[in-house]
Amino acid sequence: MPMKKVMKGNEAAAWAAKLAKPKVVAAFPITPSTLVPEKISEFVADGEMDAEFIKVESEHSAISACVGASAAGVRTFTATASQGLALMHEVLFIAAGMRLPIVMAIGNRALSAPINIWNDWQDTISERDTGWMQFYAENNQEALDLILIAFKVAEDERVLLPAMVGFDAFILTHTVEPVEIPDQEVVDEFLGEYVPKHAYLDPARPITQGALGFPAHYMEARYTVWEAMENARKVIKEVFDEFEKKFGRRYHMIEEYKTDDAEIILLTMGSLAGTLKEFVDKKREEGIKIGAAKMTVYRPFPIEEIRALAKKAKVLAILEKDISFGIGGAVFADTSRALINEKEKPIMLDFILGLGGRDVTFENLEEVVEISKKALEGEKVEEINWIGLRKEIL
Amino acid sequence: MAVRKPPITTREYWAPGHAACAGCGPAIVMRLATKAFSEAMEEKYGDPNAFAIAHATGCMEVVSGVFPYTSWKAPWIHVAFENAAAVASGVEAAWKKLGRKGKILAIGGDGGTADIGLQALSGMLERRHNVVYLMYDNEAYMNTGIQRSSSTPYGAWTTTSPPGKYSIGEDKPKKWVALIAAAHQIPYVATASIGDPYDFYRKMKKAASVDGPAFVQVLAPCVPGWRIPPEKTVEVAKLAIETGLWPLFEIENGDFHNIKFQRFPKDGKFKKPIEDYLRLQGRFKHLFKRPEAIQELKNQIKELWRILGKEVELP
Ligand SMILES: Cc1ncc(C[n+]2csc(CCOP(=O)(O)OP(=O)(O)O)c2C)c(N)n1
Ligand code: SF4
Repeated sequence: MPMKKVMKGNEAAAWAAKLAKPKVVAAFPITPSTLVPEKISEFVADGEMDAEFIKVESEHSAISACVGASAAGVRTFTATASQGLALMHEVLFIAAGMRLPIVMAIGNRALSAPINIWNDWQDTISERDTGWMQFYAENNQEALDLILIAFKVAEDERVLLPAMVGFDAFILTHTVEPVEIPDQEVVDEFLGEYVPKHAYLDPARPITQGALGFPAHYMEARYTVWEAMENARKVIKEVFDEFEKKFGRRYHMIEEYKTDDAEIILLTMGSLAGTLKEFVDKKREEGIKIGAAKMTVYRPFPIEEIRALAKKAKVLAILEKDISFGIGGAVFADTSRALINEKEKPIMLDFILGLGGRDVTFENLEEVVEISKKALEGEKVEEINWIGLRKEIL
Repeated sequence: MAVRKPPITTREYWAPGHAACAGCGPAIVMRLATKAFSEAMEEKYGDPNAFAIAHATGCMEVVSGVFPYTSWKAPWIHVAFENAAAVASGVEAAWKKLGRKGKILAIGGDGGTADIGLQALSGMLERRHNVVYLMYDNEAYMNTGIQRSSSTPYGAWTTTSPPGKYSIGEDKPKKWVALIAAAHQIPYVATASIGDPYDFYRKMKKAASVDGPAFVQVLAPCVPGWRIPPEKTVEVAKLAIETGLWPLFEIENGDFHNIKFQRFPKDGKFKKPIEDYLRLQGRFKHLFKRPEAIQELKNQIKELWRILGKEVELP
């Protein structure tokens, strides 16, 4: 029988790692994810988890050790956030290029400067081109579930790519919520043992991993990463189906809420989706036709799902906690790419909000709707809007 | 008296056809080190192949692993410049979990070890992974075209320590990573030179045989980097020992009071002057117009020996 426990997001991630039975975990503490390695070391100390836990001296070595372990042929897990993820940056490309199905939990946190430990998505968003799959959790249950799902997808022969699962700093990492912990036997059935197909350092079958790729081969090697990420779209959906069958919870690339007759659709990721659903209910009561949508998978980007969603809306408002300086929000840019050749597309607006832990309030969301309504009525508005900015201290 | 030389196995793990320069010192290191490793593995586990290699970016990695070819007849992985020690930690942890017997060999140049990789090295040693870290010391970043490293000796020319009106070349004393490694109180640390291949072979075997981490720093001349003719590689490496410039020693468990020396003259007087070593190499050519710089180099070497507990005379 699955057991319900009240726990923080970080604990949910550690529980997911425990259930997935990785043979090697290498991690280095960083706020807000510190509890993940702490909890894992407790599991290991109590004999509840049979993993080698390498207490590395930095995140760079954490991900390097994970690459070594994964290349030696075992299931591997790590956790980090923010500066820690940035320190891993170089090796993230390598892990994907070497097609190693490492899974990493991220307590999504802002990046310096100024130093800030609170939530936004700048850390993972900045790694979107590394070849890692990216999942974003709305709540602690999703953090646990998506880590299990990430392992399953990452290790699929058609994919073999690493994956990161983001859950918002403090909003989820440190907030307790009831979480259903699935039965170990069901997880075992779902994940199975990791059997490496291509990467294992075995003296009986010596292979060279991480070779030098000359111009004659490099592009093809990168193409295979592209292809694997394309395959991941299908595999993720299959795994979502299987997950539902085994565990009863349903996941979607993009989860929609009251979108069918909506004129304005607010699209976001992570924990903000919960707030949006409440807000939509409130606006619906006021008779305003709005809906919400949550992107669970950001890489591979859900192109088809975005197109389907966009067909329903007159205004597609993207709410995101990140910024790509010189262009705008990254999710907005990606969403635009998905719609560029569509015959009919909604007006698209971007809202940068909640950076560095700034609260996203109903007042902020009212502002989003106000601007969206103006656009709907044909008024000219800004494409990129910073919401909740304290202009008086600029 | 003739020295009895230990036999060197005929097994090969470093295949010919790699792209190293003719006369490359580090290439000799690769071949000898893996041979020694296999012998240790055979004695320890009854399987000469019971090892895997984690390699840092650098000349030896680049010349040996050009897709779709490889020079390695052993399981081998390269990830990046600074993380061979961390990658080896992960491989070792995985092998432990898989119940696979054997030892991991991590290899890095002086740049990948003394500079950018020092942190990962220290972490790996401190955590006591069952890994031998082999630093082949060609005393500069050769792969990127001969830039100085913290292991470049005083006075040497490199492209980033050029001698000039205001410069004698590299102006800092060499960083001795073997001593830093020994400070971790790990089971075994040694210096070696391809100028004494039997000594190097014995030390690699020893390093591979101990339980826990070991570190070996081996001097390996680089033909273009040192500006030497290809046939002089071993001779130069030998002169480094004979002039006292390259101490050969072993430190076990960080016991600096009981350092074992090899090829040390009984009376502490080195017979050959350091100038013999310098003269063979283009990278020191300019020093001969600056005798005070040569004197400074000698002072630094004497100081190194003093730290190691030996008073020496350098002619
Ligand atoms: C992070 C990073 N910085 C710089 C480089 C460029 N780089 C590659 S190899 C190398 C020098 C290697 O020097 P060393 O470790 O002494 O080995 P050698 O080439 O002499 O064999 C440099 C600077 C790199 N690959 N990665
Ligand atoms: S540049 Fe030096 S280290 Fe590199 S292959 Fe040539 S001789 Fe060897």
